[in-house]
Amino acid sequence: MTQASEYLIELTGMRKAFPGVLATDNVDLKIRPGEVHALLGENGAGKSTLVKMIYGILKPDAGEIRFNGKVVNIKNPAHARELGVAMVFQHFSLFDSLTVVENISLGMDQKSDMKALAEKISDVSERYGLPLDPHRHVYTLSVGERQRIEIIRCLLQEPKLLIMDEPTSVLTPQEVDKLFITLKRLGEEGLSILYISHKLDEIKALCDDATILRLGKKVGGVSVAEESTGSLAAMMMGEELKEFKQAAKTTVGDVRLEAKNLNMIASDPLGISLRNINLAIRAGEVVGIAGVAGNGQDELLTALNGEHRNNDPESIYIEGKASANLNPNQRRELGMASVPEKRLGHGAMPDMNLIDNAFLTAYDRLGFIKSGLIDYAKTRAFAKEVISDFNVKTPRANVPAASLSGGNLQKFIIGREFKQKPTILVVSQPTWGVDAGAAQTIREAIREMASQGAAVLVISQDLDELMEISDRMGAICGGVLSKFYPIEEITIEKMGLLMAGVELEEGVKHVA
Amino acid sequence: MLPRLIKRQTPSASMVYLSPVLALLLTLAASIVLFLMMGVSPASALHAFFVEPISSGYGLSELMVKATPLIIIGVALSLGFRAGVWNIGAEGQLILGGIFGGATALFFYEKTGFYIIPLILIMGIVGGMLWAGIVAFLKTRFNANEILTSLMLSYVAALLLNLLIHGPLKDPDGFNFPESRLFSDSALLPILYDGTRLHLGAVIALIAVGLGWILLSRTLLGYQIKVIGDAPAAGEHAGFSPSKIIWITLLISGGAAGLAGAIEVSGPIGQVLPNISPGYGFAAIIVAYVGRLHPFGVLLSGLLLALSYLGGETAQIKLNLPVAVTGVFQGLLLFFLLASDVLIHYRLQLSKEVV
Amino acid sequence: MDILIAAILTIITAATPLLFAALGELVTEKSGVLNLGVEGMMIMGAIIGFVTVHHTGSASVAIIASMIAGAFIASIFGILVLKFHARQVPTGLALTIFGLGLSALIGQSMIGVAYTGIPKLAIPGLASIPVIGNILFNQDGLVYLSILMVIVVYWFMNKSRAGLILRAVGDSHDAAHAMGYSVVKIRFMAILFGGAMAGVGGAYLSLAYSPLWVEGMTAGRGWIALALVVFASWKVGRVLLGAYLFGGITILQLHAQALGIGIPSQVMSMLPYLATILVLVFISRDKTKIKLNSPASLGKPFHESR
Repeated sequence: MTQASEYLIELTGMRKAFPGVLATDNVDLKIRPGEVHALLGENGAGKSTLVKMIYGILKPDAGEIRFNGKVVNIKNPAHARELGVAMVFQHFSLFDSLTVVENISLGMDQKSDMKALAEKISDVSERYGLPLDPHRHVYTLSVGERQRIEIIRCLLQEPKLLIMDEPTSVLTPQEVDKLFITLKRLGEEGLSILYISHKLDEIKALCDDATILRLGKKVGGVSVAEESTGSLAAMMMGEELKEFKQAAKTTVGDVRLEAKNLNMIASDPLGISLRNINLAIRAGEVVGIAGVAGNGQDELLTALNGEHRNNDPESIYIEGKASANLNPNQRRELGMASVPEKRLGHGAMPDMNLIDNAFLTAYDRLGFIKSGLIDYAKTRAFAKEVISDFNVKTPRANVPAASLSGGNLQKFIIGREFKQKPTILVVSQPTWGVDAGAAQTIREAIREMASQGAAVLVISQDLDELMEISDRMGAICGGVLSKFYPIEEITIEKMGLLMAGVELEEGVKHVA
Repeated sequence: MLPRLIKRQTPSASMVYLSPVLALLLTLAASIVLFLMMGVSPASALHAFFVEPISSGYGLSELMVKATPLIIIGVALSLGFRAGVWNIGAEGQLILGGIFGGATALFFYEKTGFYIIPLILIMGIVGGMLWAGIVAFLKTRFNANEILTSLMLSYVAALLLNLLIHGPLKDPDGFNFPESRLFSDSALLPILYDGTRLHLGAVIALIAVGLGWILLSRTLLGYQIKVIGDAPAAGEHAGFSPSKIIWITLLISGGAAGLAGAIEVSGPIGQVLPNISPGYGFAAIIVAYVGRLHPFGVLLSGLLLALSYLGGETAQIKLNLPVAVTGVFQGLLLFFLLASDVLIHYRLQLSKEVV
Repeated sequence: MDILIAAILTIITAATPLLFAALGELVTEKSGVLNLGVEGMMIMGAIIGFVTVHHTGSASVAIIASMIAGAFIASIFGILVLKFHARQVPTGLALTIFGLGLSALIGQSMIGVAYTGIPKLAIPGLASIPVIGNILFNQDGLVYLSILMVIVVYWFMNKSRAGLILRAVGDSHDAAHAMGYSVVKIRFMAILFGGAMAGVGGAYLSLAYSPLWVEGMTAGRGWIALALVVFASWKVGRVLLGAYLFGGITILQLHAQALGIGIPSQVMSMLPYLATILVLVFISRDKTKIKLNSPASLGKPFHESR
C-alpha cells in the first residue's frame, strides 16, 4: 500500500484549535531528505503550533503525518525523537542550575553514562564548530552558548529531521553566519532541516523550499530560489504594507535625558551590572540601542526610569536636573515615561483589569485621586480613551490584562504612556511578539512622539526595527554601552560588532 | 468519560461568589459522611451544629461575640494576603494584644474613668503591632520568610503568656491558680443588650469591615496592596515600595489581631487566662479566604466560622461529639474552597469535543 | 559523663522526627512544590501510628500505617495543587489546619492511653563498645532508618537519573514539560514521599519520643522542619546537620533544669522557636545565595497548556 516516498515527512490537513482561535487549519507540508525547508509566517500565523504537533507536544484535532511514507501517530516528544525528529526551541528548554552534560542527558531518551556523554559532547562540538564545555553550569553561559547546548543535544540523537524555531532572534549577525555554516554542513550530510522564521533574508540565504502560513492557513508552497524577498513578504503578510515613511526629521533640541558614568550593581544575582553608561538624548530624536537578549537591556531601562537607584545623584540628569535619586513617580513628574520589555507582570498586572492597569502609571500626572480617594470614573474614561485611540481589541475595559493577546496588551501599555504626553520616553522591545500591523502602528507612534518634541530611547533586539526608526544607534553588551553612530553611518556588519562588544575605532570604521 | 478542565478565556465573575457557596455545600456533604462514620444521626448533628445555636436571640448574640475577633482579624489579614504577605501568626499577635490590654486593665484595677477602655484597646493594638513589627523587620531587613517567623512567634507568644500568668499577671489572691484578677467594671467593654454578652467589640468589627472596604477599593494604599500582590515588578515600575507594603500590611494585621485580643480579655473573658483564644488567629485565615479577601465577604464568613465554634460546643453538650469536629469542619471548608476556585479560571467539560 | 551521654541520646531522639520531616520536604521542594502542610502531615502520622500500635501491638505495622497516613493527606494537597491549580501556600495551610483537626478527632479515644515505646535494636557486638556503643548502636529502628534515609535521599538526588529529572522539574517545569517529562506525575510522587516522611516523623513522636497521644503534640516541629530545609540550602547533608543542631537546642530545656539553671521553663521552651527565627535570619539575609540554591520554580503554579 505504501510505496517508498521521496519525502521524509508529509503532513496533510493538519488542524488544531484552541479556545477562541483556530491555530492551524488544513495545513500541508512536505520535506525531502537533506532539504532545508523554510516555514515562514508572521507571529501568530500558526508556525509554532504546527511544529509542536510534529514534535508530539500538541495533539492535532485532524490531519495525517507520514514519516518515510508511513502514517504515524506521534504520541509525545519521546516518540517523536524515536522517529528521528529533533527540535531546537525558540525559548530554550534548559535548566539553569544544572550542568551542560546534565542538561543534555535529560534530553536523551537512552540512558547514558555521564562521562561517556561528556566525551561525545566534546566530539560533536568540535566537529561542527560549536565550542562548549560540558561541565559548566548553564546559568554561567551566554545565550549563544545556550543555543549550542540545544543543537548539540539534537545532533547527539542522530536525527533525520531537525526543527529550528526562530534560532537567530537571540544571536549577533556574526553568530548567525557561523550557525548557517553549521546548518548547511548538516544539510549536506543528509539531515533535513525545518527552519522557522519570519526573516526573509535568512530564508533566502539558507533554504531550498518554503511553506508560508498566514492566520493558520497555508498560503503558499514555493521554491525559495524562484522568489524574491518582496514576493515572499507579500505572501506572508497578505496585503502590501504601506511603506513606512520616516517622519520628516524634526529639529533636534536640548538634551532631555542624560546618563553620566552610570554604574548599577545588578540586584538579581543572575542579572547584568551596568558599567559606565553614558548617553544623552535630545528633544526630537529617536535613539536606538541594539543588543542580544540578556546583556543589560532590562537593567538599563530600570536604571533610567528609577525602579533601581544607585547612590550617585549626579549619574542621571533629567531636563538638566540631577535625578538619579528620584523614584519612578518623581521622574514621571519631570516628564519621563517608560515601557518595559516584559508586559505581563512588569508593564501590567495580569489579574487586574484594564481600568486598574490604566491607573498604574497615570494617576499622578492625570490626577486620578480626588481628596484621598480614587476617582474611578475618570480612570475608566482614560482607559476607554486608550483602548479606542490605540485600537486595542478587547470586549470591555474591565477584563484582566492577562486575557488580552500580547500585541493588544502592548498597544494598551504604549497608549497608556503616550497619552500622558511624556517629554522623555524609554521603550524596550516595543514590537516583540506583536503582529505586523500593530507593530507598524507602534513604530509610527514612536516617531510621532519624537516629532512632537519628545526625547525617545528605544531598546530593541530587532535590528531592522531600529534601523527603521532611529536617528542614532548604539548597542549594549554585557552591561556596557557602545558609542552612538548616526543612522547614515550604520551597517548591519557594524552593528554586529557593536552587539558583540567590539568598539569601532575611528580608523577601522570603514573596514568593519 | 471523565470531565476535563478547560481554561476560560476570562475568569468567571460569578464563580468568584459561587465558589464559597459550593464549598459550603460540599463541606456539609462531607460532614454528613463524617457524622455517619462516627455513628451519629446526620440530621440531629447538623441541627445541633447549624440550627440550634442560632435559634434564639441569645444564640444570635453569642454568634456575634464569637464572630467579632474573627471578622476584625479576617479583614486585616485579607489586606496582607492580597499583597502576598503571609502573616499566619495572627494568633500570637492576638495573644500579645491580650497581654498588653490585660496588663493595662490590671494596672488600672483600682481606678475608674472613661479613658481606661480606649487605653486597653490601644495597648492591645500596640502589642499586636509590636509582634507583627518583628516579622516585618526580619522580612524587609533580612529577607526572612514571614510565614515561618510569624508562626514561630505565635508559639513564643503562647509561652510568654503562660510565663506572665504564672508571674506578674497572676491574681495575688487566687490561691496560685494561673489566672489574673477579674477586671474591674471600668475595664470591661460595655454590653450592648442586657442579658447577653454582646459587647462594644461587635460595633468595632462592623467599623473594621467598612474601613477595610474603603481602604481596599477606594484608596491609593489599597490599590498599591493589590498591585504588589498581583505583580510586584509592576508595582516597582509605578514607584510603589514593596517594603512599605510589607510593613503596612503586617502592622495593620498585627494591630487588628492585638485589638481582637484586647477585646477578648476585656469583653467576654473579663480577665487574663493562660488560654485566651480557641485558635481565632488561625481560623481568621480561613475567614479571610472564604470571604474572598473582601471585607464584606469576611463579614459573612466570619459569622459562618463563628457558627462552627458555637455548633461544636452545642454538639458536644447535646450529642457528646468531640469539639475537634469544629477543626475538621474548618479544614474541610478551606480545602473545598480551594478546590472550587478552580472553576473561576477553568470550566468543566464533559465530552471530548473541541470547541 | 552520664549526663553527657544522656544528653546525646536525647538529642538523637529529638532530632530524628525533624530529620524525617525535613528530608521529605526537601525532596518535595526540590521538585518545585512548597508544601506548608508538614505540621498537619506529621500530626496525622503521629495519631495514626499511635492508634495502629494500640490496636495491633506491632510497631512496624504502626510505622507503615503512619507513612500511609502522611502520604494520604499529602495526596489531597497534591491533587488540589496539581490538578485543581490551587495556590500552594493557602493549600498547605489548609492541610495543616485539617490535619490538626482530624488528628484531634481521631485521637479522642486515645487520650490517657499508655504505650511502652518502640523497642531498641542493639546491634550485636557494636552496641557493647563502651560509651559510643550505647550512643550509636543501641537505638530504636527509626533512628537507623532516618540515617539510612539521609544516605538514600543523598544518592537519589545526586547520583540517580530519577533524581536528576526531579531536580530538573524543580528548576524549570516548562522546560521539563517541553522535553516530555510528566511534571504533574513527578511532583505528585515527590509530594507523596514528603507526606510519608512527615508521617513517620510524626509517628516517631507518638511512638518513641514521648510514647502517648497529646492533641497538637507536634508543637510546631513541622514548621521547624520547613525552616530546616531553608537552613540546609536544599542540601541533604546539611539537613542532617540542622536536625541534630535543633535536637540539641530542644534538649537544652530538659537538661538545663536537671543542671539546676534557674531559667523559667517557658523561656527554655521558647528556645527552639527563637533559634528557628535566628537561623532563618542568618541564612536568608544573603539573597543571592538563597536565589542560587532554591529550586527556581519553587511555589510557582504549572499550567500544561503553555
